[in-house]
Amino acid sequence: MNAHAPLPATECGVTVRAEHGQRAVFCGLTGIVWLHRKIQDAFFLVVGSRTCAHLIQSAAGVMIFAEPRFATAIIDERDLAGLADMNEELDRVVTRLIERRPDIRLLFLVGSCPSEVIKLDLSRAAQRLSRRLAPDVRVLNYSGSGIETTFTQGEDACLASLVPELPEAAGTDELLVVGALADVVEDQFARLFSDLGIAARFLPARRAGQMPAIGRGTRFLLAQPFLADTARALEERGCQRIAAPFPLGAEGTTEWLRTAAEAFGVDPARFEAVTAPGLRRSRQALAAYAEKLVGKRVFFFPDSQLEVPLARFLSREMGADLIEVGTPYLHRGHLAAELEWLPSGTAVVEGQSLDDGLDRCRAARPDLTVCGLGLANPLEAEGLTTKWSIELLFTPIQGYEQAGDLAELFARPLDRRARLEV
Amino acid sequence: MQLTVWTYEGPPHIGAMRVATAMEGLHYVLHAPQGDTYADLLFTMIERRAKRPPVTYTTFQARDLGGDTAALFKDVVAAAYERFRPQAMIVGASCTAELIQDDPGGLAKALGLPIPVIPLELPAYQKKENWGASETFYRLVRALSGTPVERAPVDGRRRSCNLLGPTALGFRHRDDLIEIRAILDRLGIAVNVVAPSGATPADLGQLGEADFNIVLYPEIARAAAQFLEKAHGQPFVETVPIGVGATTRFVEAVATLAGVDPAPVLAGAPSRLPWYSRSVDSTYLTGKRVFVFGDATHALAIARVAAHEIGFRLVGLGTYTREFAREVRAEAALHGIEATITDDYLDVEAAIQAAAPELVLGTQMERHVAKRLGIPCAVISAPVHVQDFPARHSPQMGFEGANVLFDTLVHPLMMGLEEHLLGMFRDDPEFHDGAAPSHLGHRPSDGTHAVGRAPAASPLAPAPAPIRIEGEAAIQTASWAPDAEKELKKIPFFVRGKARANAERYARERRLPLITLETLYDAKAHFSR
Repeated sequence: MNAHAPLPATECGVTVRAEHGQRAVFCGLTGIVWLHRKIQDAFFLVVGSRTCAHLIQSAAGVMIFAEPRFATAIIDERDLAGLADMNEELDRVVTRLIERRPDIRLLFLVGSCPSEVIKLDLSRAAQRLSRRLAPDVRVLNYSGSGIETTFTQGEDACLASLVPELPEAAGTDELLVVGALADVVEDQFARLFSDLGIAARFLPARRAGQMPAIGRGTRFLLAQPFLADTARALEERGCQRIAAPFPLGAEGTTEWLRTAAEAFGVDPARFEAVTAPGLRRSRQALAAYAEKLVGKRVFFFPDSQLEVPLARFLSREMGADLIEVGTPYLHRGHLAAELEWLPSGTAVVEGQSLDDGLDRCRAARPDLTVCGLGLANPLEAEGLTTKWSIELLFTPIQGYEQAGDLAELFARPLDRRARLEV
Repeated sequence: MQLTVWTYEGPPHIGAMRVATAMEGLHYVLHAPQGDTYADLLFTMIERRAKRPPVTYTTFQARDLGGDTAALFKDVVAAAYERFRPQAMIVGASCTAELIQDDPGGLAKALGLPIPVIPLELPAYQKKENWGASETFYRLVRALSGTPVERAPVDGRRRSCNLLGPTALGFRHRDDLIEIRAILDRLGIAVNVVAPSGATPADLGQLGEADFNIVLYPEIARAAAQFLEKAHGQPFVETVPIGVGATTRFVEAVATLAGVDPAPVLAGAPSRLPWYSRSVDSTYLTGKRVFVFGDATHALAIARVAAHEIGFRLVGLGTYTREFAREVRAEAALHGIEATITDDYLDVEAAIQAAAPELVLGTQMERHVAKRLGIPCAVISAPVHVQDFPARHSPQMGFEGANVLFDTLVHPLMMGLEEHLLGMFRDDPEFHDGAAPSHLGHRPSDGTHAVGRAPAASPLAPAPAPIRIEGEAAIQTASWAPDAEKELKKIPFFVRGKARANAERYARERRLPLITLETLYDAKAHFSR
């Protein structure tokens, strides 16, 4: 344990170190909390234990009560003892569910640690149920288990399960934007691409029946950094990834859009004309926070894989100093552009050994620590200012119009600490 | 398999965490996959603890399963001991680790650590959170309470007791403890050990020195108290001091065991609840229909307070604690109702709809059900959200707890004077049939739900008719004859809604197509209570 295997420094002078040990992270089931809101006629049925149900309830907070489109089929001792046939039980639960929610068009059977360990074959169950419920409901499966996925990787697994189902596209003139974005952000990007003259579709779509078609030569642009399996699945169907940094901050958004525009041969003058107003507004919004964040020393605990792009944004656009950038998993290919933008010498740590990380954090006494909710209050009690990281998944942060909001998320805890006199 | 959206209790290892987090000097090593650390945030966020729970997780991943998870577990235990140097450790498995069948107890024992290491068997596919807390506390007490000690002769000596049951994430445990300590102090009884809350493993070794035990939360501490009774000859008091009557009985029982005079505590008017309840403003509370649901301890105690100390009428009582179903059924029978024993919130929702209460007292879950149905509600039991770990002193137990309860149970309803004024000024635009109490903030919205939504009844005069609709035919409501409609308007506004609903129900049950003046008064006679 805790073996620190130094990896070779990348060309850009960033040191990437792998760390093993206790991890304080969510499992992939948590992705359901935002995915179910994105795909409006999908239902997520976790096949797992009471722990899984308890986790989603804790992560979903008050949303649990608004007749949510997720639930858990809790495995009990009768299932484990073989007293009940687990496949029959699952069919019974799904039948009851679909009767109760006839509006559902897409059902995800979501694997968990218990279902994976007992090797319950959810993919066969999905096929069986799909046949039975066709054509009204399609049933897919993916794993959101903690043993296989960390937090946002649940979205990756979910989208990857959609890819083989996507219809075959005729042409190759469409751009596919991949990753669940807040509707408001998606609409802004759709307008920008439209103004650039690029036909863009988004994965996932808002409804099960409107998922985009893909084909050989479809070019796709990742909107999120945690989509390794989805990208691979798309590439297996002959799609090509457009390598770009991620659309966080004024600079990230511009480069993300520019890379796509260049791939589609958009005239640079037109690109400048289309992006200029957004760029101007985002720079203006960011300027309001620059003063609060410049020179602030920031420490990232691993959580979502958004850490590297966020660190890049804080460092390049807000003038913050990076002490350590933790990430649960680092896809060196997808993050190549981001790593290049990190200041030389930045310490990137892939994986986690919680207590060692806490030791380093305490020793460094950062001005701002980005971490999960399990660590935030204890670190605050030790006098460190924290920004809880899960909010970065639930809040619209991508694109020009959200750049100021993104900076504000980091500036607010510092502002608050300065205000409080008791 | 059970289809679950909401669960009242977490898995049993959460119960073990509640005990470990409550204590000092104890460390818990949990064999669990990556992701199970979510449980930390229950303590750091909902209860706002300033420290991480003393729990180390193995956080194994898929790639570890191919290797040696047993070795991983041993390494983690050894490292946790080195880092935290606890007085004792507990080790166990979460639901997934239970399936891979490493033996946490045996593995930890093989390390030969110089401290007690207590293995926990928490069957995650059969048992739940409260059972896990009870079992963990029992195992700790069993392992650490030591050999029976010779207690000094009782003559003239100050008696002492242990307080058993308060844990982390316990609903109002922090403030209950303050109240109970104050009562014991005034009785002249020393508190030997409070556990699990604030106790160290070494403190558990002193448990046997007390003369008797007080079980504050039977779900958590009954098993440990029974063990102490057997092993150390300590009797225990298990009267839960929630409400004036129960607190009085508690004081008397404790005083009897300790051989002291209860008078100093019971003299005068130790609680304001009795006077507040008797004051004329409370008259309108008489017979208000109330539905109570929660853990067994709170559901039972609050049902008694509601019925006997505030004068409500109990129309529903239930618990998700199956271990205490017998007690809850017996209490419900005293009120001529059938208890709702279930951990499925849809069953509770159906029971609430069927009972058509005017006030719901329950958990966070019932708060949301009541909000949807437009019924006033107060929270009286876990599970609760962050707002029910308040900054202010808000016990449930003792005489101050009774004061808190009066406010808690009455505030969601409209105060008597406000209700009266609303009736007087009913034609003013600010006050009308549909006006909710100013503090009930939220009217049910018109969102679409798969579950049948109750009609938006005024909380002033909710209809006693069952809201559940059995098929299309039943929905047909008789129409009102003009004279009956006119007469209805003469009925005081605060009972008018009930009169309307009663008349419609009466007509529906008798399949009368038209509600006449006659029907209206027939219904009034029929439903008068």
